Amino acid sequence: MKLIGRAHVYGDNIDTDRIIPGKYTKTLDLQQLANHVLEDLDPEFHKVVQNGDIIVAGDNFGCGSSREQAPLAIKTAGVSAVIAHSFARIFFRNAINIGLPVIELKNYNIQKGDALEINVTSGTVLNQANGEQYEGTKMPDVMVQILNEGGLVNYLKKNQSYKLDAGKL
Amino acid sequence: MGQTIIEKIISNHSDTKVHSGELTIVDVDFVMATDTTAPLTIKAFQNMGGTKIWDSSKMALIIDHASPAPNQQIASLHDLMREFAAEQNIKLYDVGEGICHQLMIEDGHAKPGQLVLGADSHTCTYGAIGTFATGVGSTDLAGVMLTGSTWVKVPTTIKVSLNGTLQLGVTAKDLILYLAGQLGIQGATYEAIEFTGNVVEEMTLDSRMTLANMVIEMGAKAGLVDTRGLQLPYEYEQIEADPDAVYSRVIDIDVSKIGPQVAVPHSPDNVMDISEVEEVEIQQAFIGSCTNGRLEDLHEAANILKGKKVHPKVRLIIAPASRQVFQDALADGTVEVLSAAGATFLPSGCGPCVGTHQGIPGNGENVASSTNRNFQGRMGNRNSNVYLGSPAFVAAAALRGKITNPQAIKGGTL
Repeated sequence: MKLIGRAHVYGDNIDTDRIIPGKYTKTLDLQQLANHVLEDLDPEFHKVVQNGDIIVAGDNFGCGSSREQAPLAIKTAGVSAVIAHSFARIFFRNAINIGLPVIELKNYNIQKGDALEINVTSGTVLNQANGEQYEGTKMPDVMVQILNEGGLVNYLKKNQSYKLDAGKL
Repeated sequence: MGQTIIEKIISNHSDTKVHSGELTIVDVDFVMATDTTAPLTIKAFQNMGGTKIWDSSKMALIIDHASPAPNQQIASLHDLMREFAAEQNIKLYDVGEGICHQLMIEDGHAKPGQLVLGADSHTCTYGAIGTFATGVGSTDLAGVMLTGSTWVKVPTTIKVSLNGTLQLGVTAKDLILYLAGQLGIQGATYEAIEFTGNVVEEMTLDSRMTLANMVIEMGAKAGLVDTRGLQLPYEYEQIEADPDAVYSRVIDIDVSKIGPQVAVPHSPDNVMDISEVEEVEIQQAFIGSCTNGRLEDLHEAANILKGKKVHPKVRLIIAPASRQVFQDALADGTVEVLSAAGATFLPSGCGPCVGTHQGIPGNGENVASSTNRNFQGRMGNRNSNVYLGSPAFVAAAALRGKITNPQAIKGGTL
């Protein structure tokens, strides 16, 4: 799976309240979520985001709530993937479960507006602006399988149970 | 190789004996979702092709995050939950019964040694009674409803020993804030925290819940409080770590040196000693939430406010953690004391903590709160500031209109 998009760059510890405030989470209309995505962090974001764009952040992206509305708001707004130094545990799992690729990348040189090319399967990121290529952390096989199906709904619709080799990372 | 408590619990729910770093499939004992997460869960379950959940006796749905419904849109989501619960024969807690985590322990849905998942990040609270409980998203929970199982990565464990004698006016909330300040907001990501020590063994259930509740504020997957000294209304088997269990870190804390702690805006790990923020003016004070809305917490507040009046420039709002807590506080006179002091009581629920409704602060206002998060915009207004502390801290701020060390009031010097 290959993705190409423009970077939106943010800092460390972007919490779920800043991704989608609690007051907007009570809906099944995903577009309502997208209309307020990142509102308390970057009020302009929802107006300028384009299909395929990529969020690039620092440490601990998505800390806080278990609300799946956070990755859903990002995905519905058109964002194709999130790159961060590290992710909060529940956010990471939620993103995979809803089919939003997340790449853990410890070091990168990416500026706002840079065009990025991501190979989701291998976890590599190419910054077309400076020609640098980065190797992300490999995720557990079970997560790759879920992501390859487009999310947990499709994975379980197909398999009806979790398939996993015991102890395999 | 010996096992930590969480390694033992996961092994007991899996086909194999596991240690940290391994992945395994586990059977789940109980699941829970709230009105923030259940509607998406129900939708995901149906989209997976689910028609009947794996075991209707092992799930609860709880309406607490925007309860009673503040608008028509939310009322419709509540109706969706009621209909699904009736159709699937699932236990539903409706408006006013209480906050999910309080009810899960109060009603015995989570028990020591069990593996419980909830679609809410503070599900880790049940570690207070030695449950491996962790927060998951809506779709993950739907997967359990379909299969009765899920996959987990076994976490490493940080052992925290709390020993010494607590100072006057210092509570479990001050200890967990202190730890958050030490470890940082991602200091325990993907790990479990095991609490032990003489302070823990002497703790009430209410205090243990406060301790386990906030481990997510350090990114932890679970908090497990040593069950020694724990009083529960039923028999249970105590799970202890092996003497040769392997920990990623061991942290020894002498609690005698810890005074009242405050998390200042806008992160729960921005923790400092109260002396560094005294005199900050407060416009709203809130006591409630799954962290500190229990009977013990209302007693702490009543001790400070008895026979006195809340500062005229402060609104003190209180939401008991459950109807049971409210009834107990009514019966023992606590509600009367707090109401006479000027407190406004809200129905049990999460509204103010999560910024959904009831008690949204105005622009530029400062809030003293007994809740767990002070992220920007958390209480519904990005232009306000939330200071987190114990219920005694909140009551003292409400009394004097500014952040005040509750020790000075309890000690009689103020």
